[in-house]
Amino acid sequence: MKRRLWLWLPLLTLLLTGCGDNVSHTRGVYLLLDTSGTYTQELDKAQHIINFVLAKLNPGDSFAVARINTASFTEKDIVAAITFDGQPSKANLQKRMFRDKIDRFVKGVKPSGYTDITGGLLQAIEFLNEQGAGRKTILIFSDLQEDLAKGYIRKRIPLKLKGFDVVALNVTKLHSDNVDPLKYMGRLAYWKKRVEAGGGHWRVVNDLERLDTLLQN
Amino acid sequence: MSFHDVLFVVPSSPLFSVVIWLVLLVAALYLARPAAHRAIRALSLVLHSACRLAAHSAMQAEQKLRQRNSEVLLAAGREAAERVVEREFERIDAAVRRDLAEYPALQRELSEAVNRIEQDYQDSSEVPPEPPAWAKVVESVAKIAPKEPIIVEVLEDIHQSMVRGQRDAVAQYRVDNNKRHRILHSMMPLWRKVARVVGDMDGRVTRLLERSTSIDRHMEHYEEVVRGSNRAERMLSSSSLTQFFIAGFVLAIAVGGAAINFHLIARPMQEMVGGSSYIMGYKVANIAALVIILVEATLGLFLMESLRITRLFPVIGALDDRMRVKMIWATFVMLLLLASIEAGLAFMREKLSQDDAALLASLMSNHATVTSAATASVVASSQWITTAAQMGMGFILPFVLTFVAIPLESFVHSSRTVLGLLGQAVLRTLAFLMRLLGNISRYGGAMLIRLYDLLIFLPLWVEERMKMRKDNALPVASDAATEGRS
Repeated sequence: MKRRLWLWLPLLTLLLTGCGDNVSHTRGVYLLLDTSGTYTQELDKAQHIINFVLAKLNPGDSFAVARINTASFTEKDIVAAITFDGQPSKANLQKRMFRDKIDRFVKGVKPSGYTDITGGLLQAIEFLNEQGAGRKTILIFSDLQEDLAKGYIRKRIPLKLKGFDVVALNVTKLHSDNVDPLKYMGRLAYWKKRVEAGGGHWRVVNDLERLDTLLQN
Repeated sequence: MSFHDVLFVVPSSPLFSVVIWLVLLVAALYLARPAAHRAIRALSLVLHSACRLAAHSAMQAEQKLRQRNSEVLLAAGREAAERVVEREFERIDAAVRRDLAEYPALQRELSEAVNRIEQDYQDSSEVPPEPPAWAKVVESVAKIAPKEPIIVEVLEDIHQSMVRGQRDAVAQYRVDNNKRHRILHSMMPLWRKVARVVGDMDGRVTRLLERSTSIDRHMEHYEEVVRGSNRAERMLSSSSLTQFFIAGFVLAIAVGGAAINFHLIARPMQEMVGGSSYIMGYKVANIAALVIILVEATLGLFLMESLRITRLFPVIGALDDRMRVKMIWATFVMLLLLASIEAGLAFMREKLSQDDAALLASLMSNHATVTSAATASVVASSQWITTAAQMGMGFILPFVLTFVAIPLESFVHSSRTVLGLLGQAVLRTLAFLMRLLGNISRYGGAMLIRLYDLLIFLPLWVEERMKMRKDNALPVASDAATEGRS
């Protein structure tokens, strides 16, 4: 009888360990905030989006907000990042703290000289991959006009966005876009092409009153 | 050489090619006619036989299943009837113990009452007044010397004494009469008591008779089930189906209750086991909540078994009474604890909901969803109602789920019959389909032969004409031969 038990024990252990779920069911959201030039005036809208995302995220999900700066491929540009606790009450507390941190950032933000969107995207990909989230979303709150400082190489860097949902938010039209709308369309098409070439899914949400579709994937 | 080249023998005229192919095909079919007919007949026969065999097997299986179902149904019916009869006997036993155990006391009470009545009757019997025995003596004395003054005086004295005695006797008589009336008056409650005791006895005996009539009825049913009559089988089958649907309906309601219970505790469970861990694609918190509900249902099942209300686990029912009572208390205490835990979780759920609402309000406060202070205070004042309701439901639902054991038992028992009936229906349908397929293949083969002949009607017509001509020529030749001989 004992021998039989020893035979069954490894099988039972295998069965129990096999029950564990290796698939991640959590969501990771990375928001890139454009802080260049006049776009800083749009940051109150960004706050609204951040609050919306905070309300929608569940315990165990990750959220990071980073600014798009002259050179954004760095952790230094991450304003706030958190993985919420499994307990709902603690997660709520963390959400409150996160909001306070963002509020402080918005109050003291200074405009950046350049706009390194690619660098920010690379940083976002790295961050979300590290988190191991099951559903990964990158939100870009920007006019999508990339403006790189001299010497920074971003053009030929491939974006590995397989399994990522990239959403461009509040893509404002510049004065030059009004003169030549093709520029605006070209900008959107350029980023769409880059994201889809990297295997990602591209969306544009300009109507901030309809954020319900933001985290639908 | 491509297929196209083969198909179009005469490339310049496709129609001619088609005609050539048609003629060749008809010729080939004509030549292969006897073999093709045999093949079609053989194929249809094989299919027909196979289908008939399958139909026969299905019908045999259906008969076996029906027999088995009947046995199971009758066994279940016998068990149920035995249970009812047993219960009736237990009741009659209890009634006999209760009613007839008091019988000696009642009898004593009755005989005492009768003795007292008898005594009272004797006490109340009228004592005849003493006859005036010495009145005759006085008369005789008066006759001896009626004029003697002494005698007169004596007689006067005697007369006065007699009058006095008479008056005393009348008074005494009245007192005695009064006493007797009082005795008779006091006998009335005794008579009533006797009447009540007798009435009581009559009622008890009537009840016993009614119970015995009920037992007779159940015994008749039991005997019918034991005999395995068709009527009993039909009744049991119909009863089983009714039980199945009723139990299914009640179980569906119970599942609804369990779902509500699940929603009450699933969210607060995230506080205990975390809201981000998963097992096989399901949240651990949800699994934990489900396990708690299933444990409650199981405890309820054991409680019902220990109370001998259900009989799903004969081991529990067969336990000795002391152990059974211990088990009842153990399961009840565990249920009570789980119900209290659920009430606590329901309270926590409400607190979490309030926290979520507050967070949402603070996150959206810059925009449209600003709640006025007045509305907030109204909501807060009525908040305790939902909290209390949730806690109450969390506490009550585990006990309500306990009673699921009763419909579950009916469902399990009746589902055996229903599944058997379904199996019978499936097998019967299968047998019918097989028979239909067999007949279709049989007559389909005949039809195929006709169709085959239809395709080669032209050579067949020619063959027939030739045969007819040959048949016509044969009699002419034979006639000529006959004429030549003659």
